Amino acid sequence: MRGARKGWSLGLAGLLAPAALWLGLFFVAPLLIILVYSFGTSGVYGGITLGFNPGNYLNVFDPLYLEIIGRTFVIAATNTLICLLLGYPLAYFIALKGGRWRNVLILLVVVPFWTSFLIRAYAWVVILNGNGLANKALQFLGVTDQPLTLIFTPQAVTMGMAYAYLPFMILPLYAALEKFDVSLKEASQDLGASRWQTFWRVTFPLSTPGVVAGSILVFIPSAGEFVIPDLLGGSRSLMVGNLVQQQFLQARDWAFGSALAMLLAVLLVGAITFYVRRVGAEKLEEA
Amino acid sequence: MERGTRLRRVTRGEFLRLAGAGALAGSTLSVLAACTANTTQQQGGGGGGGDEKVLNFYNWSEYVAEGTIPGFEEEFGVKVTQDFYNSNEELLAKLQAGGSGYDVIVPSDYMVSAMISEDILLRLDRARIPNFENLSEDFRGLPYDPNTAYSITYQWGTTGILYNTEAVDEEVTGLDALWDERYRGRIGMLDDVREAFGASLKRLGYSLNSKDAAELDEAQAQLEEQKPLLRGYFASPEATDLVIGGDLVLTQAFSGEALTAVGENDNLAYVIPAEGATRWTDCLAIPKSAPHQEMAYRFLNYILDPEVGAELSNYTYYGTPNKAALPMIDEEARDDPAIYPPPEVAENLEVIEDLGEATRDYERRFTEVKSA
Repeated sequence: MRGARKGWSLGLAGLLAPAALWLGLFFVAPLLIILVYSFGTSGVYGGITLGFNPGNYLNVFDPLYLEIIGRTFVIAATNTLICLLLGYPLAYFIALKGGRWRNVLILLVVVPFWTSFLIRAYAWVVILNGNGLANKALQFLGVTDQPLTLIFTPQAVTMGMAYAYLPFMILPLYAALEKFDVSLKEASQDLGASRWQTFWRVTFPLSTPGVVAGSILVFIPSAGEFVIPDLLGGSRSLMVGNLVQQQFLQARDWAFGSALAMLLAVLLVGAITFYVRRVGAEKLEEA
Repeated sequence: MERGTRLRRVTRGEFLRLAGAGALAGSTLSVLAACTANTTQQQGGGGGGGDEKVLNFYNWSEYVAEGTIPGFEEEFGVKVTQDFYNSNEELLAKLQAGGSGYDVIVPSDYMVSAMISEDILLRLDRARIPNFENLSEDFRGLPYDPNTAYSITYQWGTTGILYNTEAVDEEVTGLDALWDERYRGRIGMLDDVREAFGASLKRLGYSLNSKDAAELDEAQAQLEEQKPLLRGYFASPEATDLVIGGDLVLTQAFSGEALTAVGENDNLAYVIPAEGATRWTDCLAIPKSAPHQEMAYRFLNYILDPEVGAELSNYTYYGTPNKAALPMIDEEARDDPAIYPPPEVAENLEVIEDLGEATRDYERRFTEVKSA
């Protein structure tokens, strides 16, 4: 008995070892390095002296940086909401009305991943610029005679973010809705509920795991984004990701950059925990 | 994006301008061929210990003439391997990590002083560089290397204004154009703290290396006032493309990219602002850790050869610091005041110095401008 259990756990350990090693080397270790760095003191020309210097964290509470962090969270939350509003109907349609086209449709959602995101972001620059496809089309259709200002605007950033992260919302929603038993809907309607009531009281609550997973998958990378505001926003405003990157590459302040990165990680974990608890609690009430 | 990621390279267009616009496909291919020819990957582990027949050259991409490396290989019977980097910070990080195996590097001005402070560069033995006398006095004793003890200027250029002569009615002469309400939404600035503040400080009549808090406050206020007029902050190649495409009518830009664009488009012009501007230099230097020092010295001496220097700058279309090479520079380039400015413009040019501790103050101020 004992031996058998031991053998089983050895096998399991063997199976888990590669993943544990991978995560240990490429996730835990770098995170620890950043944690240690965040208490160090930066040299004038980069590099770092290790020690205990909580000053880096005190610097973070500068109103200037707090404002940037706050704005980043608003942008990330807005993007999550936009992705949810766009993604839910699409996932619903594919899962429940897609029929034999389901797999093809879901494949189409994933297709953009075959090209590097950076290249797709540059494609948007080419599409939206003054001489770009969008302006050419609008001029051809007679909507405008002068090229419109489409790129390097806050709207372009919003659009780019939604474009980038929409698939991360659709996939978990699809996974949740795919399992949905249509007979529940029929039952609800047989019992006199309107389509609206059926959606809000039957379909949507059953899809909350997908909503939660999708929101987390969109919110976290959105909050850490720094390429899109640079490429599509003309670097006119900063997100906290840009700020971290700047500390490492321009200000040569690795310690402060690490402190910012740690704070961002803590805030994200906090926000996600809060969100899961809340939605989780509501889900319990519904049940 | 930042000053460090400035791309100092010969674009296809620049090559075309030199080769004559005749054979587009052909010349593109030859550029590609030249790249591959020069890009023999570095062999693993510092290159056959002590074997002096090897030189590892770490350079910005497309920053040598086609004949530069083969000429050196032939003359000294040596195998040159060339690797490339995109930013000064990348170069610094690689050397700080130690044991890079590189014999010759090309840091920019401010990075030279940072590397001297970090004790990374070899103090050059002048006696081993007889061609040193060819280096123009203008490029000796610069603030980042006061005794020219660690670095030799390789190429140089300026940061000025690129504009569309059809969209901008008058001739642009100074920095006021970048603050002109009439071009609201169609002005670009470099996404580079030193260049953005440099332009603002120069417009106020201050040094672009100022560390004076009052002067910096003024410069910052001026940038905040400019921000609503801007389409955005861009890297130089990107800004140049946007002027060509019509999204911008004028922008701050580095001379290399800007002059390439001017050569290709009749409706563009590049000007060094009258108030003054940045004169930047890229320098040859030898890291202390260089495994093939003898070859490195020979390479520095070779680049300072008049013919080699002229061939190099005729290809890159940047300025040459080699006074002996100047007579052999193509006339068109030599007479172009945007490449070789007349004395009255040249005296207003300033070299960007490393700010040391003040780097972070500048960085914070630029963050404030962007958050305004």
